[in-house]
Formats: sequence, structure tokens, C-alpha cells
Amino acid sequence: MTPLLQISGLGKRFGGFTALQAIDLDVQEGERLGLIGPNGSGKSTLVNCICGTLRHDLGSVRFGGKPLDGLAAHQRTRGGLARSFQLPRPFGTLSLAENLRIPILYAVNARGEGGLAGPAIDARCRDLLAEVGLADKAHRLPRDLTQIEMRKLELARAMAAQPKLLFADEVMAGLSHAEIDEIIALLFRLNGQGVTVIMIEHIMRAVMQFSQRLAVLVAGRKIADGKPADVVRDAEVVRAYLGE
Amino acid sequence: MGSVPFALALVCVAAALFAVGRWLNISYAFFAAYVVVQYIVLGTAWNILGGYTGYVNFGITAFFALGAYSSVVLYKLVPSLPLPIMMVVGGIVAGLVGLGTGYLTLRLRGVFFSIATLALAVVVQTLITNWDFVGGARGAYVLRPRVAPLIGGDYIQYLFLLMLGLCVIALTTARAIEHSALGYGFAAIRDDEGAAEASGVPTLRLKLIATVLSGGFMGMAGAPLPYYVTYLDPSSGFSLNYAVNAIAMPLIGGTSSWLGPVVGAVLVGGLQEYIRVTISSAVNVLVAGVLLVVFVVLAPEGIVGLFRRRRR
Repeated sequence: MTPLLQISGLGKRFGGFTALQAIDLDVQEGERLGLIGPNGSGKSTLVNCICGTLRHDLGSVRFGGKPLDGLAAHQRTRGGLARSFQLPRPFGTLSLAENLRIPILYAVNARGEGGLAGPAIDARCRDLLAEVGLADKAHRLPRDLTQIEMRKLELARAMAAQPKLLFADEVMAGLSHAEIDEIIALLFRLNGQGVTVIMIEHIMRAVMQFSQRLAVLVAGRKIADGKPADVVRDAEVVRAYLGE
Repeated sequence: MGSVPFALALVCVAAALFAVGRWLNISYAFFAAYVVVQYIVLGTAWNILGGYTGYVNFGITAFFALGAYSSVVLYKLVPSLPLPIMMVVGGIVAGLVGLGTGYLTLRLRGVFFSIATLALAVVVQTLITNWDFVGGARGAYVLRPRVAPLIGGDYIQYLFLLMLGLCVIALTTARAIEHSALGYGFAAIRDDEGAAEASGVPTLRLKLIATVLSGGFMGMAGAPLPYYVTYLDPSSGFSLNYAVNAIAMPLIGGTSSWLGPVVGAVLVGGLQEYIRVTISSAVNVLVAGVLLVVFVVLAPEGIVGLFRRRRR
């Protein structure tokens, strides 16, 4: 079976700095992949290159068997890629419900089949907000939210695009123990509905609990890829995290 | 309220205004009201790009004067051409220039985009000033028919009626945008362009739609100008007043809804006209400047924003 996401030889430089080097990564449909690495190791750059926010310099990215090269970010979102931003980037002048309306109007409805209209959109926005526990704030503005609630809004907005592949970029940072469990349960539910999830996270408890497979980036290279229990015992990974 | 009932309501308001004008039958009232309505159109046009998508256009005079000068060209070529057709042509010319500049400049964000539009105004003014066919720096005379076609009476009544019609179209368009997917897309671009792209919004295409609509309406608002002033030269067609007012009025009224530019234009335009008559024609420019500063500092969401906040 062709993998849903195929990354081969991906490279990205910022001036003289090599952010990503020869990354190879395949993700199967329905898989739960954890992506970890120290700060500055290139995790978010990788997400940006796959989602089209940045253009990669070398290699290729294929999604659903088709190359993504040259596609704008919005075309990739319509194609089924969705991401949350590590630092929440809500639409500040729109209410929470309206924030979720944007991907419904522009990603889901742009796909043609299964488009929503009128009251169906409102209902979908309400359901999504309820899933992340923000139902009672549907008509508030993002500035009324706490940082943690904004992360939940980020996740809800990515889910609203009804993706095939979801990047959850540090959606759990700062959340309490119980809230982390809620989000993990939510991501499991999404995965159960057939959404492939790539979790980028520093909270190891969440990563270990969620991931079927773990990939580790260090200084722009992938140094390990495999079963989570094996990867965390890998000598190179331990050295990257804890030093010699 | 749907777009059609809204448009009908606007038509009723416009018809009532026009009927009152006909009944009063004062030429001056038409001249003054024309300016205010013209500013509603200009403010609304600016707001489609500046208010809805957040791209501040300083090059209003470029689009406005392109409309005015396309009328001059048409007048020289086919003097008998009806003015509504000239307005459509002016709108198309300005809209196409909007598309072109949009394509070249919309990769620039924030203040860099604004500077590029300012440069556009300078470039267009230089071209017009050096184009002899439209009078160059000397200016061009346009002979206005004495009697208005179709409706009879003073020609200014005809100009006012056309501008009212354009105003109805502009306001209906602006309001329809607000309530449509397009409006949500514009708002997403204004708030965070990167996040908008990530949510599937085709940002470049939407911004081009906004520049074409915005530029087109400015051009259409400018098209009757040669007939209004009867003598058009670059310094009056490219007057800074148009640019300042077209930006100040939506900002004072509120940029978040179609009502903002209307409130701003009626308030500031009316006040300017009053001061022009009672105090001095030079002071009226000061009005927009002072009000703009006051509102930007005290009520950045404009008058409409103030009322909205109270309601919440």
C-alpha cells in the first residue's frame, strides 16, 4: 500500500543554516505517529514544509500518492492536510464559532462533495467547540480566552477542515494532567474515525501513550524511527536528550 | 435581511432623498449632496480592501482619477456617449489597474503595500500630466449639457441621481460581501494571513477580488467628475482631499461594516460642506484630519464600533 505521506530526501536551509537535512519519512493511512526532538531540531520547520507555509529546497513530499511540490498552502489544506500552529494564531476579530467557519467554508466546502450550508455549518461549529470544551464560549472573541483555551481552539480549527492527516503541533503544552487526557482521548477518537495523526509534543507521557511509532529529529536529521519503547532506549536518542 | 430586500430598501431611501431634492429644487443642495454621496462610494470602495482585508490603500486618487480621465477620453472620442456607460468604462479601467497592481503588490504586507499604492498614485498622476490628449497639465474642459437627459431639470440632478444609483450598488455589494463566504475569507486574511492559508483560504485570489472591486468602485465614482467640475486638471483630479477623506471616513464611521463609511461620509462630508460655506473652504480639510486623529486615539473601531460595544 502506498503510504499516505511520503517524504524523501527533504532538505531546507535558511541562509547558511541547515534546518532540515535528507529527511525520509513515510506515514501510513490511519497511523498515529509521534514526532519528538529537542527545541530547534526542525520539527516545526518540517510541518511548515509539508503544509506549504515554507518551500523546501531539496527532496520531495507526496501526499496520497501525489506530489505536493508547487502547491500553495490552501491547496494542501483542501487536499486533506491540516495543522495547528504551535503558537496559537486565531482570527482575532471573529468569534470562536466564526473561527471554525473559515475552514468549513474554504476547505470542506471547496472539496465539492459533502459541502455544508446555513444551519449545518452552525451545528458543526457548535459540535467542534463542544468536543474541545469551548461550547459555552462560541460567541466570545479569542482575546477572551486563556492560552490553554486558545490551543484547544487551534486544534478545533484544524479539525474543522476535516483532514485526512492532522498535525497536532504542541497542542498540549501548558495543559493540566486531566486536560492532557481529554486531548489525547479526542485525538484517539479522531484517529478512530480514520484521521492519520502526527503528534509533535514535548510531553513524553502523552507521546508514549498516543503514538504507535516514534520519529526523533535532532539538529535537522532524523536519528531514530520505530516502536516508541525501542526509540526511547536508543543510545543516540538518549545522548541527544541527556548529553554524553 | 437578504440582499434583494436590502437593495430595495436602499433604493427607497435614495428615491426619497431625490424626491426631497426635486421638491426643494435648490441647485446647491444637489452639488453638496453629490459630494457626500460620492464620498460614501469612495469610502465604501476603500473599505472593501482596507477595512475587510486590512490592506491599507493610499492610492485612492489613482483609481478615482483613472475613472475621471477615462470619461475625458471618451468625451473627446464620442461626446454623445451616455454618462452611465462612461461610468462602467471608468470602473472597468480602474478595476483592471486594480488587478494589475494587486498582482504585483499583494505579496507586500502592511506598510510596504501602502507605500506601493502611494507610488501608484504618483505614477498615474505623472502619466496623465504628460498626456496631451487629455489636456496634460493644462487640464481639459468638458461641456455639460444644460438640461438633464431622461429626467429633465438641471444637469446636476442627473449627476446626483447617477451617484445615488452607484451608491446603492456599492453598499449592496459591500453588505453582501460581509454576509458571504467571501466576507469571512476577507476577515481571515485581515486577522492572520498565514492561518487563513492553513484553513484553506486562497488568499491571493481573494485579495485580487478585493482590489478589483475596490478599484472598480473608485473608478466609477470618479467617472462623472469631469461633468461635475466641467474643468478637470491633474491637481484637482488627484487632489489629496479625496485620498484623505476616503480613508478618514470609514475609519471614523467604523471599518467593520458597510454602515461605517456611510456614517463617516455623512458626518464628515456634511460637516466639511457646512464649514466650507460658513467659515472657509480651506478649513474643511482640517476637519477630516482632526476627527481622524481623535477617533484613531479614542475610538479605533469608529462610531459603529462604539455602538456595537455598548450592545454587547
